[in-house]
Amino acid sequence: MIKLTHVSKEYPKRGYALHDVSFHLGKGEFAFLTGHSGSGKSTTMRLIHMADRPTDGEVRVSGFSSATVTERDLWKVRRRVGMVFQDFRLLPGRSTLENVSFALEVTGTPQKAIQAKANRLLTQVGLATKAGARVEELSGGERQRVAIARSLVNDPYVLLADEPTGNLDERATRGIMELFWDLNAKGMAVLMATHDMELIRRHPHARLFELDQGKLVYDSAATDSVTA
Amino acid sequence: MYAIREALAAFRRAPVLTGLSAGMVGLALFVVGLFSLATYNLRIALSAIEERVEVVVYLRDDARQSEIDTLLVELAAFDEVSRVTYVSKRDALERAQRELPEFGQLFLESEVNPLPQSLEVELRPGNRTPDVVERVSDAARGYPFVEDALYGEEWVDRLFALRRIGFASTAVLGTAFAMVAALIIGTALRIAIFARRDEIYIMRLVGARNGFIRRPFLLEGALAGLAGAVLAVVLTYATYRGVYAYLFEVAWIPGSWIGIGLLTGALFGAASSAIAIRRHLREV
Ligand SMILES: Nc1ncnc2c1ncn2[C@@H]1O[C@H](COP(=O)(O)OP(=O)(O)OP(=O)(O)O)[C@@H](O)[C@H]1O
Ligand SMILES: [Mg+2]
Repeated sequence: MIKLTHVSKEYPKRGYALHDVSFHLGKGEFAFLTGHSGSGKSTTMRLIHMADRPTDGEVRVSGFSSATVTERDLWKVRRRVGMVFQDFRLLPGRSTLENVSFALEVTGTPQKAIQAKANRLLTQVGLATKAGARVEELSGGERQRVAIARSLVNDPYVLLADEPTGNLDERATRGIMELFWDLNAKGMAVLMATHDMELIRRHPHARLFELDQGKLVYDSAATDSVTA
Repeated sequence: MYAIREALAAFRRAPVLTGLSAGMVGLALFVVGLFSLATYNLRIALSAIEERVEVVVYLRDDARQSEIDTLLVELAAFDEVSRVTYVSKRDALERAQRELPEFGQLFLESEVNPLPQSLEVELRPGNRTPDVVERVSDAARGYPFVEDALYGEEWVDRLFALRRIGFASTAVLGTAFAMVAALIIGTALRIAIFARRDEIYIMRLVGARNGFIRRPFLLEGALAGLAGAVLAVVLTYATYRGVYAYLFEVAWIPGSWIGIGLLTGALFGAASSAIAIRRHLREV
């Protein structure tokens, strides 16, 4: 599904953001990616989403390799991997429904099917009643749900979430986590970056990766985990 | 469907920008239109002159009929020659009397006919070039009974030089102003792309195809180019009417030129927006 083999990402002058990272995330897994600020969590996410390419090693996402995938084919990767961010990145001035149907439309959903599918997705994330509300009128937790609904338009195999609860309070965070577990129960793999240790402790069944200064220092699934 | 809707929406979203850029494109292409008008009329004028390009082979009075016939056959054998006509001394005199009555009277009164007999060599259209007339007259000059072969070297050369200059200046200036138009469209498209960068970002994020992202912008560029070209045609036509009414008679450019102009406008518009969007997609 997702496989990183000796992946490094080096920025000119700044040095390594990631250094020799290898892991494999299987179908339907739920994993946290943690580490201090600047440890390379977002970089890892970007590489899996193929918004960026490693300077060394290989990232494989359901049959696509970072070494060989062409700019033309990136959209195929993006449709297999859903992505949500801490800052939601919704289209301002538009309604909840419009944000989701925009994503459906631009990924080639037939015009007739858009409305129904958008409504189904909003129901799935628990926002059916807010379909007509403009993004600006929504709470942070609600906005994150819109972003999640949008990331699901292509029925991805895996959901990448880069600190999705970073801007949310306790209750909203719990709601989002429940939603992630729901999706995971339906077979979707989830990889969530967070530095909220409290949150991680509350979900002991999830797999845990820890990054430190660009190196993978802990993997709960590995028999003998490396320690820093 | 989406592309068409979005391209039209772009005009509605930014009417001033779109209007201004179409207007500027129109003005740039107007220059191309004026040059086309001038070139076309120059071409008509030149081809009217060109039709009169022929070689006249003057023969000595003592040339024998059999010699003249041989030369006539040889000249007629040139691929570029359409017709060779023998003009006897008497024919020449009659023509002179018809065309120049005063001189004709003078000739009539004298005992001898001073006009030479000649062969008039007409050339096929497209072959009235300095090169051909020179070859034909050189062939004629090789005969001892030929006095001379004339074709007005100087003005034939000049005619062709003029044609080349006209063509070259239209091509160079036309290209230059078409480039200006393309630059304007490219810049306007860059602004339009910038205004929609959030949407483009989301499209890439959720996996829209590059072609899908590009299409509305290509269409918008093509429409802007087409609108500019139409404006240029209208302005050129107005100029044509004005010149025709107040200055002198001119011919309107043929429809095929206008068709090519409109098509080129649309293509240039699409091409320059393709460059703009390609650059943007590479950056994000
Ligand atoms: N575009 C870039 N150019 C140069 N350096 C970069 C770039 N992006 C990230 N970095 C560097 O790479 C390192 C890892 O950054 P990254 O964003 O992956 O960290 P992070 O774990 O997501 O941190 P945070 O918890 O603060 O979000 C940092 O040192 C950062 O400064
Ligand atoms: Mg980060």
